[in-house]
Amino acid sequence: MSTNKTNKLSWAILLGGFAFLYLPIFILIVYSFNESRLVTVWAGFSTKWYGELFEDEQMMSAVWMSLKIAFLSASAAVALGTLAAIALVRSGAFKGKTLFTGMITAPLVMPEVITGLSLLLLFVTMSQVLGWPEGRGSLTIWIAHTTFNMAYVAVVVSARLRELDRRLEEAAMDLGANKFQVFIYITLPIVAPALLAGWLLAFTLSLDDLVIASFVSGPGSTTLPMVVFSSVRLGVSPKINALATLLVLAVAMAAFIAWWFMRRNELQRQKEIRSAFSQ
Amino acid sequence: MNIAQVFTQTLKQSGKKLVVLLPFSWLLVFFLIPFLIVLQISFSESRIAQPPFTDLTSFVDDVYTISLNLFNYIDLYEYDLYLSGYISSVKIAFTATTLCLLIGYPIAYAIAKLPPHTRNLALMLVILPSWTSFLIRIYAWIGILKQNGLINNALMGLGVIEQPLEILHTPIAVYIGIVYAYLPFMVLPIYTNLVKHDSSLLEAAADLGARPIGSFFKITLPLSVSGIVAGSMLVFIPSVGEFVIPELLGGPDTLMIGKLLWSEFFNARNWPGASAVAVVMLLLLILPITIFQRYQAKDLEEQANEH
Repeated sequence: MSTNKTNKLSWAILLGGFAFLYLPIFILIVYSFNESRLVTVWAGFSTKWYGELFEDEQMMSAVWMSLKIAFLSASAAVALGTLAAIALVRSGAFKGKTLFTGMITAPLVMPEVITGLSLLLLFVTMSQVLGWPEGRGSLTIWIAHTTFNMAYVAVVVSARLRELDRRLEEAAMDLGANKFQVFIYITLPIVAPALLAGWLLAFTLSLDDLVIASFVSGPGSTTLPMVVFSSVRLGVSPKINALATLLVLAVAMAAFIAWWFMRRNELQRQKEIRSAFSQ
Repeated sequence: MNIAQVFTQTLKQSGKKLVVLLPFSWLLVFFLIPFLIVLQISFSESRIAQPPFTDLTSFVDDVYTISLNLFNYIDLYEYDLYLSGYISSVKIAFTATTLCLLIGYPIAYAIAKLPPHTRNLALMLVILPSWTSFLIRIYAWIGILKQNGLINNALMGLGVIEQPLEILHTPIAVYIGIVYAYLPFMVLPIYTNLVKHDSSLLEAAADLGARPIGSFFKITLPLSVSGIVAGSMLVFIPSVGEFVIPELLGGPDTLMIGKLLWSEFFNARNWPGASAVAVVMLLLLILPITIFQRYQAKDLEEQANEH
């Protein structure tokens, strides 16, 4: 096989793969502008489903509930997950480290029905024995989301911590910085992109969770995926397409901003390296 | 004693305890202990009350008794529904994982062959869909696969078929859903592995007269086994317990254990029964989870040694 032929084959594979990944999303977006209620028959351009989406009070209050929980659980997960990553990478050996490592990687693959059921039973038992938490609602969803999200954050942040060149921290200490200063001025800026990536990942995972939230939620705490699911179960609805389009737009914008920042940082770094050499 | 040692020493003394203790105790309380409670409740009896299960322990006439009842497990064994549910879940997850590997490996390989600058962009394009809602991406396939959906309309319009194909509500739709949703989790670890390969190995093989196909099977594939295992476990384990995909794309005869657990809990309101289903599912998954963790730990060690 010549290199040219191999190249063509790899491009064909990539194009096919991306078509598979993106066509369904593209179709979803196109039909959100469809006049007809029938999602598969095109009856002319319309934005009426977006209007109906914003008028749907149940949906809108679920959006706020989900955003609130996602924000709070992502923030808590970054705090706990970063501590866990430091414990994994920097603390050397300690009692129960194998158990600790296992508890961090297991949530990544654990089927959601098991996690959901087990947390629900925990909350029920706790409220019987300790009297806390009283009932279930956004607090219990927040605890559940923080728990599986901290595992994702720990994995992302520990990868970055391992890559960190420890000579930078040592150099700062040689120059008289104390432990706290080293952490604030050296370690934190270097791992900051991983913290941001971990936070965003946790935020989207929380926003997306249906199964675990269904188990641990109570009356009055309906999240967005729960509303979407009960609507989708009844069949396709263009309103869901409109919601999907807005979601894709938000993700695309966030991705673009992230890419732009990374690119700017990279260009800045190259400029600094060049000017350092020319001096 | 150098600075680094001093640093770790101070860290050990003051911060270390808190740094380890806080996440450790959180996971202990909210991840590990819940499994023990599931195990405990799987031995209790269902009842109509709040909470809907009986206590295992009782304290009557100064006698402390613990009664374990195995009825929930006997039920699992006696009702064909559950037994065939476990078998078909494993079958479906296995087939879907194989399909995912067959599609994901070439994609990972093609990305690893790209010039470094475009590589990250391609990788981002693979991951990006999973940042939008999982539920909505599965929902997208309903419109594509259903009786009067896009595929059937297109095929009938072209005159390829006269009767619409039945795809939605069959196992095929479930396979498509799992492959679609989990493909990035297969591509990512394989790519991470492939991109680390030393290209001089392939050059040496070519110098010695190996054909590209031969050196792929003799060098690249064996070297990428750890990526394949990690990716396959990331797809297989959650797929076994998958609920949303069989619920939305599968039919009434697409048995999957995640769906059975859900209906046992939410429809039948049998909490002890659902707990027993979960315990057996976990036992089934212990081996794959151990394999995944072993590879994960090995990978982490390799990374640590590189730096």
